[in-house]
Amino acid sequence: MVAINGKDYAAAGKNLASVLTEMKYDFRTIAVEINEEIVSKKFYEETILNDGDVVEVVSFVGGG
Amino acid sequence: MVSKDEFYQALVERHGIDNQRKFDEATVAICGLGGLGSNVAICLARVGIGRLILIDFDLVDVTNLHRQQYKISQVGMAKTEALRENLLEINPFITVQTHRVKMDESNSLDLIKDADIVCEAFDRPECKSMLADIVFTNFKDKYLVSASGMAGFKSANDIITKKLTSHFYISGDGVSDVSDGIGLVSSRVMTCAGHEAHMIIRLLIGEKNP
Repeated sequence: MVAINGKDYAAAGKNLASVLTEMKYDFRTIAVEINEEIVSKKFYEETILNDGDVVEVVSFVGGG
Repeated sequence: MVSKDEFYQALVERHGIDNQRKFDEATVAICGLGGLGSNVAICLARVGIGRLILIDFDLVDVTNLHRQQYKISQVGMAKTEALRENLLEINPFITVQTHRVKMDESNSLDLIKDADIVCEAFDRPECKSMLADIVFTNFKDKYLVSASGMAGFKSANDIITKKLTSHFYISGDGVSDVSDGIGLVSSRVMTCAGHEAHMIIRLLIGEKNP
């Protein structure tokens, strides 16, 4: 299982880009952290999620 | 006229000499000089952060004055120049570097390379996301203090600072989106800017918890 924003998903073995796309995230407005490391956008495609990974997806909202 | 020594002594009395030395030596880049960035810059100038790098391409507009730290006499000026003027009126003993440019993937590295801490103070979510990507792809040792969610009239108590990784902090309520048509209110934006500025100040004295 992979924990994404606190919920468990059967996402082990999948690549990060496909999981984020399935979850309908807009890549242009997020930051993704796996096990407390930020993943560069250019590595979303090649990052394979492992069993036990803890993923946080931050969706930025506008205003400043 | 207050002398540099008098001013410095007043800061040392409040902050302690050890902390003040850390502030003197620090460089903070502020990316975006709107409601967040202009308020963060004023906090950091008052504390005596040695060098501030101010980055924004925009001009001061009458629609900015309800929340941004500019004056009606500054409408039409570059925000970089207007803010430099305002900061140096508060504390003339710091170094203020300005870059009137729109940050993008190609120019950002140079703009922030000298900063110990990067403050994200943009308004658009795409820019916030881009800066996080640039900082953590290129500079593993820099701190990024970012903001997300401060629009509207909801409670100021919902604004908090979260630590996402060892080097990445986000202030805000995480949800109040200006694109939902709720507008930006001076006091709530300032609360969020205060959170960002305070996290930056804490990091500079070695406090890592939000």
